[in-house]
Formats: sequence, structure tokens, C-alpha cells
Amino acid sequence: MKRHERMSLKTVPLIVALACAALVPPSLAADPRQQIIAGYEATAKAAKPGFNGFSSERGEAFFRAAPGTGKPETPSCTTCHTADPRAAGKTRAGKAIAPMAVSIQADRYLDAAKVEKWYRRNCRSVLGRECTAIEKGDFLTFMINR
Amino acid sequence: MNTKPFSILHLAALIAVLVLGSTGASADERYTPVTDATVKKECGACHMAFQPNMLPAKSWARIMDALADHFGEDASLDPATADDIKTYLVDNAADAGWWGGKFMRGLSDDAAPLRITETPYWLREHNKEVPASAWRDPRVKSKANCLACHRDADRGYYDDD
Repeated sequence: MKRHERMSLKTVPLIVALACAALVPPSLAADPRQQIIAGYEATAKAAKPGFNGFSSERGEAFFRAAPGTGKPETPSCTTCHTADPRAAGKTRAGKAIAPMAVSIQADRYLDAAKVEKWYRRNCRSVLGRECTAIEKGDFLTFMINR
Repeated sequence: MNTKPFSILHLAALIAVLVLGSTGASADERYTPVTDATVKKECGACHMAFQPNMLPAKSWARIMDALADHFGEDASLDPATADDIKTYLVDNAADAGWWGGKFMRGLSDDAAPLRITETPYWLREHNKEVPASAWRDPRVKSKANCLACHRDADRGYYDDD
């Protein structure tokens, strides 16, 4: 009897999860990452009428670039994040930074305010200016594909 | 009413506590850990959230008023969050109490160093026992990385040296 009770308790979360999944049709289960991308897309289209979508390749080139216009301590994204988005990075103060690639770090880019906060800070540090919506969308696309 | 008057014994006990307490403190490197959730989260995003009683209030004000260039990086925050953090740091600074904290030693009243690692107390504590080679270790990377050597630094414990 005891064994049976324990097993049934274990299956409760699974049943709840399945029930929730069944209740939400895929089309309505909005992906927060795609919502963030959609926001940048709208801004990009407004700024540049010929805009035809974000590019993972452009995002990668942006990630690896050393623009030389920002603060000398942070010449590139890779200064702290390393050249491999799947690897953990390190802040200049020695603290570990979780990998940037979504394939490794599944909780990345789910909070629009957090994404904006770090774009503001890091774009100013590395580029000496805020990033454009196209740069932000390209970068996110690269990290989501990586 | 049977209140005992303040006796010579009480005075002796008080003096003993003060004397033993203060001599004990120099060997006992414990600092009140950061308890504020916002301070822990925001400061702790890039480095350990340093205990505020390691710098004077003037230092924390200078640091929090210049987050756009925070030791070579933009660490800007929305004004409300920055203000909350500044209040916490200033309220718990080395010189916040009536009795100056250890990190006030050797600092003049108007001094406002920007780095804990430049205070006379920090320098004295590290220069005498940390070899230069330790600072070059890539696992240390920065003098701001207290946790590289003090494993419980974020809990305010620095006696492990």
C-alpha cells in the first residue's frame, strides 16, 4: 500500500503538467524570446524601410567584433563572454558569467527588461553608444541559434 | 524596588568587554553580510556584493553617483534602484556607526577612496601575507575577486587566511 501511495504522489506533477500542456494550444503559448525579437523587428522596420529580417551571421560578426569605440577595458563582447557563446565567461572582477547560447543556457533572454538593461550597459561599454534594434535582433538571433 | 546601584564590578565588566572585544576584533575578520535583496542582486551581478562597512559613506556616494563609468564599465541602473542601493550602502558604511569600523583606520574623515583594495586597512592586511604571484594567478584575475581566496567572503567571513 505504502509503495503504491508513493508512486501515485510522484505522478501528480506529471498529470498536472500534461493537463496544462493540453489546455494551451501551441499558437497561444507565446515564446517570450520571439516577443522580444518581434519588438526589435518593429523598431527596425520603422527605422529602415528596406529591413528584411535579422541575420544570425551578422549577429555573430557583431559579437566577435572589436569596434574600438567603447571603453578600453572592454574592447569586445568576447572580452568577458569568451569567443565561444557556449562557454561560461568571466567578468573583469572574476565572477563567472553563464553561457550566452540558448542551447546551453535555457533561461537566457526571457525577460525583456533584463535584455534591455544589459544591452544598454554593455553596448555603452563596448561600443560607446547604445545598440540599434537591428544589432540587438541580430545578436539575439545568433545566440538563439547557437 | 530593589535596583542595584551601578557598582565598581559593573564598571570592571564593561571595561573588560570593551578591551577584550576590541583586541579580539583585529584577529576576527567578520563583517555583517549584505542582507538587502536588491543590493545582492544588482551589485552581485558582476562581482561579490561587497560588505558596505568596508568603505566610508562618502565613497559609496561617489561610486553610486558615477555608475555610467564603474571602474571602466557602464553599470548604470534605473534611478530608483540606484537610489535604494546607495541608501543601503551609505547607511551601513564603515563610518556609519558611532564607533568607526576597521576600514576607517588610517583614513582621514574626508577621504573617499573608490576601491576597498586601496584603503590603508585592506593594504595592511594583504601586503603582509599575500605574495605578488597570487595576484597574477588567472583564477584570481582581479583584486575585487575576494572569493578567489576567501571562500565565505560573501557571508562576511575573512578569517581563512
